[in-house]
This record gives sequence, structure tokens and C-alpha cells, in this order.
Amino acid sequence: MMKVNKLYVALLVLAVVAPFFLYPVFLAKLLCFALFACAFNLMLGYVGLLSFGHAAFLGTGGYITGWLMMNSGMTPELAIILGTVAAGALGAVFGKLSVKREGIYFAMVTLALAQLVFFIYLQAPFTGGEDGMQGVPRGNLFGFIDLSDNMNMYYFVLAVFLIGFWVIHRTIHSPFGQVLKAIRENEARAVSLGYNVNDYKWVAFTISAALAGLAGSTKTLVFQLASLTDVHWHMSGEVVLMTLVGGVGTILGPVVGAGVIVTMQNYLSGGELGNYVHIIMGFIFVICVLAFRSGIVGELQKMWKRNFG
Amino acid sequence: MATFLGINLFGLFGQLLVGLINGSFYALLSLGLAIIFGLLKIINFAQGAMYMLGAFAAWMALNYFGINYWAALVIVPLVVGFVGILMERFLIRPIANEDHLYSLLLTFGVAMILQGLFTHLYGSSGMSYTIPDSLRGGTKLPFMYLPDYRLWIICASVVVCGLTWWMIEKTKLGAYLRAGTENPQLMQAFGINVPLIVTLTFGFGVGLAGLAGVMAAPIYSVSPDMGSNILIVVFAIVVIGGMGSIGGAILTGLGMGVIEGLTKYFYPEASNTVIFLVMVVVLLVKPAGLFGKEA
Repeated sequence: MMKVNKLYVALLVLAVVAPFFLYPVFLAKLLCFALFACAFNLMLGYVGLLSFGHAAFLGTGGYITGWLMMNSGMTPELAIILGTVAAGALGAVFGKLSVKREGIYFAMVTLALAQLVFFIYLQAPFTGGEDGMQGVPRGNLFGFIDLSDNMNMYYFVLAVFLIGFWVIHRTIHSPFGQVLKAIRENEARAVSLGYNVNDYKWVAFTISAALAGLAGSTKTLVFQLASLTDVHWHMSGEVVLMTLVGGVGTILGPVVGAGVIVTMQNYLSGGELGNYVHIIMGFIFVICVLAFRSGIVGELQKMWKRNFG
Repeated sequence: MATFLGINLFGLFGQLLVGLINGSFYALLSLGLAIIFGLLKIINFAQGAMYMLGAFAAWMALNYFGINYWAALVIVPLVVGFVGILMERFLIRPIANEDHLYSLLLTFGVAMILQGLFTHLYGSSGMSYTIPDSLRGGTKLPFMYLPDYRLWIICASVVVCGLTWWMIEKTKLGAYLRAGTENPQLMQAFGINVPLIVTLTFGFGVGLAGLAGVMAAPIYSVSPDMGSNILIVVFAIVVIGGMGSIGGAILTGLGMGVIEGLTKYFYPEASNTVIFLVMVVVLLVKPAGLFGKEA
């Protein structure tokens, strides 16, 4: 797989030099959503379960990290780790409940559980309700790297993204990941081979939730803000769209999809088309499902196979 | 003030009534979802948007064309049902053989388009629809004041749900529907036009949401996000009841409305979350749902 390695190196070089040409905060946002989408894709792409509640984990990571940064005097890396752990713990609880059901029931259960979390955050005093948590300090990484500098912040986010991406890559290519794929392809067979399918799904869900929390924690630092937007079901829908556009079940698809959607939102929100964002996203959903189910990366892979494979 | 064992009966009955009203809408919406699920095996994420569309259609009919409530009650569900038929025919059918998750995502996309469109056209603040003159009065009962319109909603919803149940469980048309749920290939072999039945069923299920929308217009504010808010609650209700039976969907809808109303009285902080908590308990105790069959 030399070609793939070369591709990764090229992308990494691109990510390192990008902030010299583009606004680092925008790039950091992009990486946060890319990680979020990758985490989501671990469930949909590799276990075949559509979660409609991943916003709950993004938001939980964000709120916990934000609260710790404002109230505990912790260094950012600790606050992020704790935010990730909190999201993972919530994911473990959700996962235990939701893996009991499959397919569309799984989607409905996760959506409803996420809505429960939304209402809790809406009413809980520490989240700031409708206003959200504003003015979260970025702090000093390890106590001495000043993250209020946007360049420092970007490279820190890039490092976080790479760690998250590596975890997902390792998970997928481990024996554990192979069992997940077996479950996706033929669950009955996986059961008959003696695998406790629900436990595998549960662990995968927990990993996915923790990584979504990692993305949310990091995003809170970048924007110095944690708000209800991140817990809203719209956000759960957006991450589905990112993954779908990029390519479900491809490792780079969610990154590409997040790039496309975040760029589109940024571009539209400034212009006169701002009001149409949701309409346009809805149309992209419909078009992707009707005519473009493999997504950008999936289609490119098909083309590659046809011409060079 | 009338009290019994320290409970304010006015407040309690008031919230029970609100609960029954909400439950009526939950029942209509989850009934529509269950009917569509039975035959197509998909969950229509646009069901909430269709409910919103119904409310807006009633509002537009009154304000632009002077069509009154009673006429809207007949026309709007037909229009919304027709929108559903178009959606099934041109969007869902082409991907009927793909994984059902795709049709779910498709209906989610349609919901986003509709909600975005109405937000763009009418803003997100919401509009009011006046209660028709003939239902403006009310009855004074010993413990509460019962407005006619609210009584009408509960009765209408129970009658519509009951008729739908009767039609599906007791008539020949319903038998076709149930047979199509069990084994569509065999039905087709018997010379019954299954694709037509699927399309009409989808239209009917969506039309029920449209009807609920018209009924909701005078008591809730007509706003673009009214559909998505109620739909997520209805999903939880569907998980609680399970999709196994039509009667189950109706009973769970009404029951959850009542539970929500009681919570509003006894512990208002949890009134938004109680249905989701019930769902958690049901998932722990009986994962297939109260009326569900284990898949």
C-alpha cells in the first residue's frame, strides 16, 4: 500500500503548510469537524449502525472542557482529556441502551437519547442555557505553550486530529475492527462464530463517542465557546451529511466531507444565500442518497480501481 | 380552591387535559409512522415536516383563500397526502432496494428542505390560527373548565385512530395491507398491485400527519420547527410502543401524553424529558417495546 502512504504524507504536508495560506481558526474548525465525522463514520461505516445522536457527545466534550477551563484552572490538555472521558462515559451508557436495537430503531433511540441530553443541558445551570458558555480561556498547553496564538492553536488541533485519526485507523485495522466489519456484513454469521455482537458494537460506540467528545472539547477551545448548537439534533444530522458526502466506510471520506460542508457553510453564511443553508443541505442529502451513495472518496476509489486496478 | 389530599385538582385536571391533547397528536403521528413502517419498512423522518406542512397549509388556506377550518380539515390532509405520494413515487421508490438507512436519510433531507423553506418564507417566530367560531365556547365541569376545541381534538383524534385501526384490522383493504406487510412477493403473485398499495399507504400515513397539523394549528403556534420538535418525542414513543401493532401505537401515544401531563403537574422540571426516560426504562426491561415483536 505504498500509494496510500504517499497520499497520507502529501496530506500531512498540506496540513502543516496550510495555515500560512488560509485562516488558521477556519482550518482548526475544519479539523475538529473532520475528527467528529471520522468518529461518527466508525459506527456507520464500519459497524453499519446509523447514530442520530452524536451531537450529544460533541456537546458533552465541549461543555465539560469549557467548564473545567473556566472554573478549575486546569491546563488545556487535561481539560480535553477529561471532556473526552466524559463523552466516552456518556457513550458507554448510550451504547449499552442503543445496541439492543438495530437499523432504524438504533437511529431513533440515539436521536431520542441525544434529545434527552439536549434538554438536560438546556436546563442545567452550569451550561449557561440558551446563551451557552462564552469566553472560555484557551490557556497554556502543558503550562507553557500559549494557545491564544492562533498558529499554536492550529498545530495543537492538528496534533489532536492526528491522534484521533490514528486511533480510528488502528481500531479499523485491528482484529477487533475485522470483527466489526464481519458484524456489518453478516451479523448472524458473526453470532454463529461465537462473537458477542452486542459487546463489540458497544465498545465501538464508546470509542466513537469518546472521539466525538475529543472533537467537541477541542472545538470549544478553538472558538472559546460551548453552546446548545453543538448538542442540537441539527448537528447530529450535519455529521451524517459530512460522512455521506465524503463517502461512508472510507477512512478519508469523512475528512473530505467535513471539508466540503464546513467550507460551504462558511461561504454561504457570509453571503446573501445564508438563509438557504438548511435548504441547500437538505438538497445535498437527497441528491447524495439518490445518485451519489458512495460519496466523493468512494467514487474516486471506484474510478481508481477501474483505471489502474 | 378544590383540593384532594393536598393536590390542587384544577391544576391536575388542567395538565391531564393538556396531556391528553398532546397524546392525541402523538397518537396520530405515531400511527402514521407505524402504518408506513409496516409496509415500507422505513421510518419517515419527514413525518414531522408533513405535520408542519399541514398546519401551514391550513393557515395559508384561511389567510390567502378564505378556506375555513372545516374545509381545510378535509382538503389539507389530501394535499399533504398527495405530497407524500409524490415523494414515495419519485424519491423513495428508486432506492427501495437499497439499505433502508438510505431512505431514512432521504426523508431526513426532505424534512430539512421543508423546514428550511418555511423558515425562509415565514420566519421562525410562528403564527397564530384562530379557533373556528363554532368551537370557541367551553363547558364548566366541577374541577375544570373544558374548552370545546380541546374536547373536539381529543374526540376527533380518537375517532380517526379508531377508524384507521378498524380499517386495517377488520376490512378487506386492511387485509391486503397486512398481507403486503407479511409477504409482498406472494401478494404480487396473486395479482395485487403492491407498488400501488405501497404508494397509497405512504400517502395515507403522511396524510394523517397533515390532518394532525390542521388540528394543531389553532392551539399551537404555527411555526417551521413545530414538526421536528414533536417528531423526536414521537420517535421515543415509537421505541416505547414498538412497531408491532397499530393499536399499540395509538395507546402508547395517548398514554405518553398523559404521563407527560402528570409530570408537568407533579415535577415540571422533568416534563421535557420524562418520555425519553420512559424510553430508557423500556429499553432496559423490554427492548422490543411494549407492543413489539422481537425481530
